[in-house]
Amino acid sequence: MRRPKEKLIEKLLAMSGWLTILTTLGILVILVYESVQFFADVSVWEFLTGTEWTPLFSKKEFGILPLLTATLLTSVIALLVALPIGLSIAIYLNEYANRKFRSTVKPMLEVLASVPTVVYGFFALTIITPFLQSFIPGLAGFNSISPGIVMGIMIIPMISSLSEDALFAVPKSLRDASYGMGATRFQTVFRVLIPSASSGIIVSIILAISRAIGETMIVAIAAGQQPNFTFNPLVPVETITTYIVQVSLGDVPRDSIEYRTIFAAGMVLFIITFVMNNVSLWLKRKYHRQYE
Amino acid sequence: MNNSTKNRLTDKAFQYFGIFNTFLGLVMLAVFIFVIMQVGLPRLNWDFITSLPSRFPEKAGIYTALIGTFWMLFLTIIFSVTLGVSAGIYLEEYAKKGWFSKLLEINISNLVGVPSVIYGILGLAFFNRYLGLGGSLLAGSLTLSLLIIPVIIVTTRESLKAVPKTIKEGAYALGATRWQTIWKQQLPAASGSIVTGVILALARAIGEAAPLIVVGALVYVPFIPHTPMDDYTLLPIQIFNWTSRPQPEFQVNASAGIIVLLFLTFLLNGISIYLRNKWQKKVKW
Repeated sequence: MRRPKEKLIEKLLAMSGWLTILTTLGILVILVYESVQFFADVSVWEFLTGTEWTPLFSKKEFGILPLLTATLLTSVIALLVALPIGLSIAIYLNEYANRKFRSTVKPMLEVLASVPTVVYGFFALTIITPFLQSFIPGLAGFNSISPGIVMGIMIIPMISSLSEDALFAVPKSLRDASYGMGATRFQTVFRVLIPSASSGIIVSIILAISRAIGETMIVAIAAGQQPNFTFNPLVPVETITTYIVQVSLGDVPRDSIEYRTIFAAGMVLFIITFVMNNVSLWLKRKYHRQYE
Repeated sequence: MNNSTKNRLTDKAFQYFGIFNTFLGLVMLAVFIFVIMQVGLPRLNWDFITSLPSRFPEKAGIYTALIGTFWMLFLTIIFSVTLGVSAGIYLEEYAKKGWFSKLLEINISNLVGVPSVIYGILGLAFFNRYLGLGGSLLAGSLTLSLLIIPVIIVTTRESLKAVPKTIKEGAYALGATRWQTIWKQQLPAASGSIVTGVILALARAIGEAAPLIVVGALVYVPFIPHTPMDDYTLLPIQIFNWTSRPQPEFQVNASAGIIVLLFLTFLLNGISIYLRNKWQKKVKW
């Protein structure tokens, strides 16, 4: 009597395992299916090279570049904030701080990643932007620098904890050899540890950018909803994610070309983050092997 | 100044730079929260929590959003815990090491990295449109579950991995079947850390707005949902809506809403940290 029950349970459990595969397949099928229909009406070339994005206007243009540059702009600003701060935290915790300090501070830093993103968006719009406006003349109420900075604060723990893992994985012998030669901690860090841990640090950078690229509410609240093709951080822009939210909030009729734009835009977003995530997974496996 | 002193000074300087950076983000967050409290706390009262949304900022409250958030949390727990924990058990205890389990593993690492708004698109096309669930709580919670299931799977696997092999072998030796061993021995032993991980995942889910806006959550709902098929709004979406209005009175409402949302988020995080510490102290394998 026991055997059939055991088998049934195993089958049920296996089905939940399959669910994860179905999720990925579902995402792929939906994005491809809707995008194919979208590209029946809009040429791929026009989509990828056009510099105007006005699907919701009467004169429709479908160039994704303004959304893409806005997405990259905000993510790069976030990285410029998070990388120096996150990396120096990782170095400090790993090489300078004592164990007790480290174990108290690390969970505190995680708080930065646990704050809901609408809250960060509100911070960007109502605190950071007015603050920056006080000394940057001509800074618009919506801009990419302010959400970029706030997004940077959000991804600090991501960079610091992943980089710390990478620094920690450097064999003790290398560190000891450097100190044995009379190097200071600073010299050891920058001439021995960081070069040795570089692939792990690059993993943290890629994952952090990927996280910033997919971030939605912060930019939707504080970066604006105007698809400008620009790299100027002081003017309103619209990221891919913001556009998807903007369409979702409106009353776009189903099966219209406007409706399909969110799938085409989503496809671009998915491809970028997918490639970045897999490059980082591949690098991670590579550096794990390196020191085994 | 000779080289050695210079090196030592650089070293010291970097040390202070490191301490400074360690607290920079936290201090900024503290300042943000302080400003929010200043603006929002005076607005935060019982009426604010029990009032329906309104065009008039001084009358508007978060009642529907709060009830929507609790509904969402409740349904998401049911779906994500059953499916996530089962998948985790399967991967850790049943799946044979081979190409399939490798594929599953790579797939799960990928799903963790997919932007939440993409899950929203999946939910919109599949739950909302294809299954015809519309903008219901059910469609939203299924979408949110898909988003956190990968995290729960990873947690479950790590928790099961931490249970000593001797417990499993002991159960087998007494003639227990595989499932009896898992259900009566391994799962109870791993439950503390699974619960910790699940609460952490929920703390993240409670603040999600983007995927749920895409899957059809509404911005304005003048009633509270009574069944999983009802329309709904959520606290983060209500905050987003107030934030995007020009009148300053709505910004005050947004601040008060943020205090409630942060309270819930930190509460969940706090519970999970508390449980983790308690668990770690109690269990010495």
